[in-house]
Amino acid sequence: MEPIRVLTKNVGKPGSASIDTYISGGGYESLKKALKSTPDELVQLVKDSEMRGRGGAGFPTGMKWSFLPKDSPKPRYLLCNADESEPGTFKDRVIIEHDPHLLIEGMIISAFAIRSCPMSYIYIRGEFHHGAMVLNRALDEARAKGFLGKNILGSGFDLDITVHRGAGAYICGEEMGLIESIEGHRGQPRVKPPFPAVVGVFGSPTIVNNVETLSCVPLIVEHGAEWFKSFGQPKNTGPKLYCVSGHVKKPGVYEFPMGVNLQELIYEHCGGITDDLPLKAVIPGGGSAPMLTPAEIDLPMNFDALMKAGTMFGSAGIIVMNSSTCIVDATWRMAKFFAHESCGQCTPCREGTNWMETILDRIERGGGRPQDADLLFDMTDNIGGKSLCALGDAACGPVASAVKKFRDEFIYHIEHKGCLPGTKRYRRLDMPVGAH
Amino acid sequence: MAHLQPDSPYATERFADTTKTIAFSPEAKAKFDALLERYPTKEAALLPALHLAQEEIGWVSPEVMVYLAGLLDLEPAKVLGVVTFYNMYNQRPVGRHHVQVCTNLSCMIRNAYDIYDRCLSKLGIHPGETTKDGRITVTEVECLGSCGTAPVVQINNDYHENASVESIDTLLDTLK
Ligand SMILES: Cc1cc2nc3c(=O)[nH]c(=O)nc-3n(C[C@H](O)[C@H](O)[C@H](O)COP(=O)(O)O)c2cc1C
Ligand code: SF4
Ligand code: FES
Repeated sequence: MEPIRVLTKNVGKPGSASIDTYISGGGYESLKKALKSTPDELVQLVKDSEMRGRGGAGFPTGMKWSFLPKDSPKPRYLLCNADESEPGTFKDRVIIEHDPHLLIEGMIISAFAIRSCPMSYIYIRGEFHHGAMVLNRALDEARAKGFLGKNILGSGFDLDITVHRGAGAYICGEEMGLIESIEGHRGQPRVKPPFPAVVGVFGSPTIVNNVETLSCVPLIVEHGAEWFKSFGQPKNTGPKLYCVSGHVKKPGVYEFPMGVNLQELIYEHCGGITDDLPLKAVIPGGGSAPMLTPAEIDLPMNFDALMKAGTMFGSAGIIVMNSSTCIVDATWRMAKFFAHESCGQCTPCREGTNWMETILDRIERGGGRPQDADLLFDMTDNIGGKSLCALGDAACGPVASAVKKFRDEFIYHIEHKGCLPGTKRYRRLDMPVGAH
Repeated sequence: MAHLQPDSPYATERFADTTKTIAFSPEAKAKFDALLERYPTKEAALLPALHLAQEEIGWVSPEVMVYLAGLLDLEPAKVLGVVTFYNMYNQRPVGRHHVQVCTNLSCMIRNAYDIYDRCLSKLGIHPGETTKDGRITVTEVECLGSCGTAPVVQINNDYHENASVESIDTLLDTLK
């Protein structure tokens, strides 16, 4: 399969972030076209495209939009999720920094389609300081051209967009955590239901969509639903950004139609494995996704195929590990991440993630107990499905899959109090530890 | 998340000194007033207001929390709750250069811990500490969303991508 330049068609052009470059490439024509149709027609168009959300869960976007209550007197909000904190994911940043107007145009059309109130928010992770600056500059340009503000292009539709910076918390990428965070609270997810489409931000019906999802909308309006579906497989449609990192020779963001073969992506497009070592494991959908072994990667990268393979497509953040990686060490690092990022609201997740980190650390340090592999596996069963939000389940993905698929290595590590020969740990164990 | 430890030496610093009065500079106050226009509730301006305050004085002191609580009609305890939840609000002063080394998986397997280690040993400090001259603070952070150019080190607002022990070594020397 050949790489494509659809979502990334402007990336790399000189001054790609400026409105003039964007307009000279046909930008904001979709907005003009969209404003001539009705909101219901646009929702139907997105439904027909069969686009599924690019934020992680893969929920059909058009269907999500149609869940908004028809008769609520409250204003409706559109929120763009630009939190991009899933380990291994760095695709939204490319759009934000190199083609911010694609996202802005997508937001204006989407806000019109859902009959949003005159204010929309982009929730961007606090660390993306540069990205927030680029967006604010782009928003000023769009306001100056009359694409934002009152009575946009004479349509009677009003909209402005505010960039809201997060402050360093992975859980604020979860839609309910994000909503709490915009309201000015700790980012602790609320119980669903009610779903955001019914009661979201400021008590109003709310749609949360990922940056890449919203950026697809102008393309669908421009080229039509059938064109969108010509990329990929049934129910897994559209152009897609893939993030590849770790032990590959050419890491980066790649654009392919949905469903590029994972093995081909790693070996042909990313130049293969660093140091020409054998492959050991792949995390295919961001840090929350269960690991795959080399025997399992001959599959199309889409929502359904990865689900069938027992893992998830998630954010399409592919982390590649070669044979020199100690799998216990890698699993420990993921466990440490989730322990750090658990919002602390429910006991299985808060306590369980910390315990998993502790147990993995003790195996690394040579203090592993014979029953630890089983204990870890058992713990994932006690966290997953028993926590309030999907972070609890996410924390179990890497741990359960590693223990299951690399059980012999765990047992070796416990029995020999050290890494399997040929693999290495990436940290010094006597390194001073910081509080978190 | 950040834990408040009652027996830590910083515990006493958590009480605002009511004899000190602080306030935004006129420019920051103007930005703050503009913020309030962007949200339907005052409370929603809390996160951006904390960013604004931190840009002004480098950290979020207890006095800042009390001041913002007053401006936004909130309880100071609520503001403290928010500040301690998020990583980016510094609960004590940091150096002029805040070196934040990502050690999450993609960076780790590209030797991020060697970089982190080098920063600490070169400066002779522990994680989260600041050099005595107030120049540099070093902390370990989670994925910065830049794994394709791992390892990544964030210094204040800027990302240093494709970092190496050597490049960071040289960079640390140039930080004044
Ligand atoms: C722990 C956790 C973290 C998440 N982080 C992100 C994120 O950083 N960016 C994102 O777009 N979605 C993230 N999501 C998914 C969102 O909850 C939500 O499903 C998504 O933003 C919806 O957008 P979409 O329908 O366009 O995919 C996260 C979910 C969970 C459970
Ligand atoms: S599962 Fe974890 S992150 Fe989610 S609400 Fe519970 S404690 Fe918070
Ligand atoms: S793992 Fe370091 S930037 Fe993502």
